[in-house]
This record gives sequence, C-alpha cells and structure tokens, in this order.
Amino acid sequence: MHYESSPVAIAIFASFVLAVVGLSFWLGRKGQSAKGYYAAHGEIHWFINGIAFAGDYLSAASFLGICGMIAFHGYDGFLYSIGFLAGWIVALFVIAEPIKSLGKFTFADALDAKFNSRGIKLAVAISTLVVSIFYLIPQMVGAGDLIVPLLGLPHAVGVILVGLAVTLIVVTAGMVSTTWVQFIKGSLLVFFCGVLTSMILARGLTVNTGSLDPQTRTVAPDGRILVDGQPQTRDHDLRPVGTLAALPARYGDATSTGPLGPLEYLSVLEDSRIITWSGAKTKDAAGAHVTYSPVERRGADLLKPGGYFKGLTTGKLADKLDFASLMLALFCGTASLPHILIRYYTVKDAAAARKSTVVGIAAIGAFYVLTLFLGLGAMTSGSLDPTSTNMAAPLLAKSFSETLFAVISAIAFTTVLGTVSGLIMAGSGAVAHDLVENVLGIPMTDHEKVRCGKIAAVGLGIVAMALGILFRSFNVSFLVGWAFNIAASANLPALVMLLFWSRTTKQGIIAAVTVGMLASLAWILLSADTFEKVYGLSRDASPVPFSQPGLVTIPLGFLVLVVVSLLTRAEPAGRRA
Amino acid sequence: MAENRQPDGERTGRAAGIGFGLFWIYVFLYFGFIALVLFRPDVLSSRPFGGVNLAIASGLGLIVAALLLSVVYMVACRVVESPDHDRR
Repeated sequence: MHYESSPVAIAIFASFVLAVVGLSFWLGRKGQSAKGYYAAHGEIHWFINGIAFAGDYLSAASFLGICGMIAFHGYDGFLYSIGFLAGWIVALFVIAEPIKSLGKFTFADALDAKFNSRGIKLAVAISTLVVSIFYLIPQMVGAGDLIVPLLGLPHAVGVILVGLAVTLIVVTAGMVSTTWVQFIKGSLLVFFCGVLTSMILARGLTVNTGSLDPQTRTVAPDGRILVDGQPQTRDHDLRPVGTLAALPARYGDATSTGPLGPLEYLSVLEDSRIITWSGAKTKDAAGAHVTYSPVERRGADLLKPGGYFKGLTTGKLADKLDFASLMLALFCGTASLPHILIRYYTVKDAAAARKSTVVGIAAIGAFYVLTLFLGLGAMTSGSLDPTSTNMAAPLLAKSFSETLFAVISAIAFTTVLGTVSGLIMAGSGAVAHDLVENVLGIPMTDHEKVRCGKIAAVGLGIVAMALGILFRSFNVSFLVGWAFNIAASANLPALVMLLFWSRTTKQGIIAAVTVGMLASLAWILLSADTFEKVYGLSRDASPVPFSQPGLVTIPLGFLVLVVVSLLTRAEPAGRRA
Repeated sequence: MAENRQPDGERTGRAAGIGFGLFWIYVFLYFGFIALVLFRPDVLSSRPFGGVNLAIASGLGLIVAALLLSVVYMVACRVVESPDHDRR
C-alpha cells in the first residue's frame, strides 16, 4: 500500500529517537571501565532490570509479528505469545541464579567457569554470534517495515536508521545505556499497548464489510507496481482490509456492540462472522501478481488452533511434529538467548537476578495478554495492509487517530532499538571479551577492552543493516523461531548439564554447543520453509521431514554432551583445552 | 564485581528444590496444553465456561499460571533463605 508521512508522526518519531540517543550520550559522559561497559557495574536495581528484561525480550517479533499473525490468521499467533512467555519459566526456575553466580560479562564466562577452556570460549562465542545475528534479522526487517508508513521513506532507510541509532547507543555507554533504553522501551510498550487495548474494548465491534471485490497487485517486469492493472498512485491503491461481516444473532439489527469487557469482547467475536483476506500468487509475461480475495469466516474458527499451523487440522504427522518442535524451541530457547543471559550480570546478586526475572515475567505476561486483543482488534479494524502482516499493530492505531499511529510506531521503533542494542551488546562481548581476549589471548588494558567492544559493535551494526535489507519479505515471528531453535539446540543442553550433571566435561560442552548449533543451522537451511521462501524452490525438494529443528536437535545436544562426557571422563577437570 | 551476599548452600539448595518442583508443574501444564492442541483440538473449541472457548481460556491461563508460580517461588525463597526459617 502507498503510505503518506505526517508532520505529527515525524515529530513524535524524531523526539523519541533523539531522546533515546541523547540519554545514551548523557550516560556515556562518565569514564568507562570494561565492567561498566559490559555489565553496567553490576549495579542495576532488580526492578529496573526486570522491566529492562521486558524491553530486551519484547522484540519486533512480539509486537509487530504476533499482532500481525493474529490479525491475519487468528488464534495461532497467540500460540507464539504462550510459547515466548513459557520460556521464562525455564529462565527463572533453572537458569537465573546459577548463571548470575557463575558468569562475569558473557554467556561463555558462565559455561567456562568450571573448566577455563579456550575451546569452550571459542564454541560459545561463535554460537552467541550466530544466535544474535539470526535474532537481529527480524528486528531490522521490522524497523524497515515501520519506517515506510511512518516517514514515507523506503524500507532500507528504516533499516539503516535503526542500525545507526543502535550503534550510537551501544558505543556511547554500553550496557548502562542499553539497560535504560530497554527500561524506557519496556515501560512505554506495555503502557501504550494497554491504552490501545482499552480503546479497542471501548470501541467494541462494528459491522463494516467495505468492498469485497478481489484486488490484484502486480510487479511488472520493469519494476512498476500496478494495482488492478493500473499504476499504483496515492488515489489508486490497494484498499485496506479486515472487517466484521456480522454480529451474533443476539444483537438483532444493530451494527455495533458499543463498549465491551475483555472476556465479552472475545466471546462476541467468537460468535461473529469476520472477513479475512488471503493472497494467491501467479506469474505471467505481464509480471508477478498477487490477487487478494475475501473469505467470510466464523469467529469460532478463527479463535481456535489451525489458522496458520495448517497441520494441526489436516492431521499430517510431519506438520504436527513441526508445530511441536517450534513450541519446544520457544520453551527452551528463551533461557538460552545470549542477549537475555547477559542481563543477569547487571544486578548485584542471585536474589536480585531472581526478583528481576519475576518482574520481567509480570511485564512480559501482561504484554502477551494484550497482544491477543491488539491482534483481534486489528483483524476487524478495516485498516490492514493486505501486503504486510507486520504493519497490523501500527495500522490498528491509525484506525483511531494519526497521533496514536505516530506514538505506537515510534514505540515500535524504540522496541527495535531496545532489542537490537541488547543483541549488539551480546555480540560485542562475544567478539571482544571471548574471542579477542580469551581465545586469541591478546592482552588488553581495561580501556582497550572497551574500545575493542565498541569496534565490534560497529561491525555488528553494519552486518545487521545488510541482513535487514536482504530479508525484507519475511514475517518477523517466523524468523525469530529460527533464532530460538538455534539458541535452544546449541546453548541449553550445555548450560543445563553443566549445572546439574557433575560428570560433564569440557569436551562434552564443546561438542554439544558445536553439534547443536551446526545441526540446527543445517536443518533450517535444508528445511521446506527455507527452500520455498529463501531459495524459491519447491517445498517437496527439502530433504528434512519438517522445518523446525528443535525436536531433533535439542535432544541431540543433550545426547552428544552425555556421550562425549562419558568418553572423556578420564581427563581431570581444570586443564586448559 | 559487586560482592555477592549469597545465602548458605543448604538454604540455596532448598530454594532450588522448590524451583524445580514449580518448574515441573509448569512443564506439565505447558506440554499438556500442547498435547491438546496437537491431538484433541476439538476439545479446545468447546466453551465449558460459556463465554470464551477453551483455547483462549487455557492460553490466558498458562500466562497467568507462569506469573502465579513465579510469585510463589519468590515468596518461598524469601522464607527458606531467611535466617529465621532455621530457628522456627
């Protein structure tokens, strides 16, 4: 769809970004030690850290991706919310306190605390970089998606803007500024999503079918965009979609419910009829066409599993395994994400780590409940862009007012800043602290450690920008699923076994991290989803039975660790690899 | 690094034991829900409470359960890690 920027939107957006970057410069005025740069001196208050957890974790995938998935496919998007939150249970009950006690700056510090092995540091640093880069991609894609309607600029400009802002945030004050940016972002996100949900409930549900004629978007061989055969212009564009066809019979001839309570809203929607739109792709000499057509569906069908994960209703075993694998990866992946784990080093002790996790769960849980209402509100708002699932939440806000749209878009953009800065911090620590200092053994003064981390942050910022432009057409939730799979397969087996199995050896940890990472990465690259969406090949050509690797590669990580540890038990712990 | 003021090993062990117990309760709830989604989606379409269907109710319930268990854990840890606990 064609978007126009508004001065209000630009002003709010600019003030948000300038405030965040200004805060970073202010925090960065003080001289910095390595401990300050990588772990905020371990002096962050547990409540601030808890909200910063929310700011770190609630990424573009959570806000843009889940809302979009619920808006277009119904209940299945909410399954992501459930899985993303469940992972925090592993973090709280299993990981939080031990990781705080074991580590210093990076995830590798914790895994290597018992062995002091270069091999462990190398394997974990590489796994940290791979996971962080896979997680960076959807954040940058989300940033690009936001900038199009907000400022009327091309997608690539949004990606570059985020890359530059985040690099500035990290380079100026490291973990201190990253923490405060995440705290502000987490607070704003949960608060304004609550405001938006209140407005959805106050508006209730209104019948508004709009035009139901199919609409076709064509990309001509010369690159021109056509809508229904005519060049796309401001006045001739795709119509926004997503409407309510009929209210439940108990409303008689009424076309609007008026304000509804939260459970009442869900109940009425379930008994209503909703018009969703889906696109069918074709290709001929005139170009590549996508024809969007309306389908009237029962609310009850949209509010049960199977709208997106088709295998849940077809009964095909491979599809069921694919879904089970994703949900396992979401459960195991949160506590294995390096950018989340390093946040435990910013509080003073294990009790503070525990308390901050509980605060994080409260904020994140509240947000995920709100995603259900935001997604369903967008589904019936008549404002969806049929070409972009990621724009559902901001366009829902636009259905209320331009100002709210600007605020929500600016918050979404800040959302990306918060998460990306955490990811770049994790990657920067992996490069400077783990690889350069500990693996290569290059001695550095405190000042040089900070400088090396900043150089690594700049490099990662550039990589993030390039990937955000390359992966533009992907749904951000889908991409985050990959990152969770790799993190859970590479990191969780080693971390859990190190903590709870005394016969774990350094060779076992190295093997588990390496095999888990490579196996999950290889599985993803050979999956049907990648064949279709990345290589443009037929799904049938994929050699693996289902796309999500976790169901195979997480147990494989545990198995490899146990076997290798048993085979290498003779070597006394403590020797350098 | 800020000096850590850790409770003694025995008390930490008791807290970890409580954490594990709560962890397995949630594992049962979460994977029980996933099993329903996979094998009995028809059950999730039912509306046993009249208003919302079981898919929505159980999804919201899992989110609330995570928060409740985490609060229970925090309170339990405070109790067992308190020096007064041993004297009681």
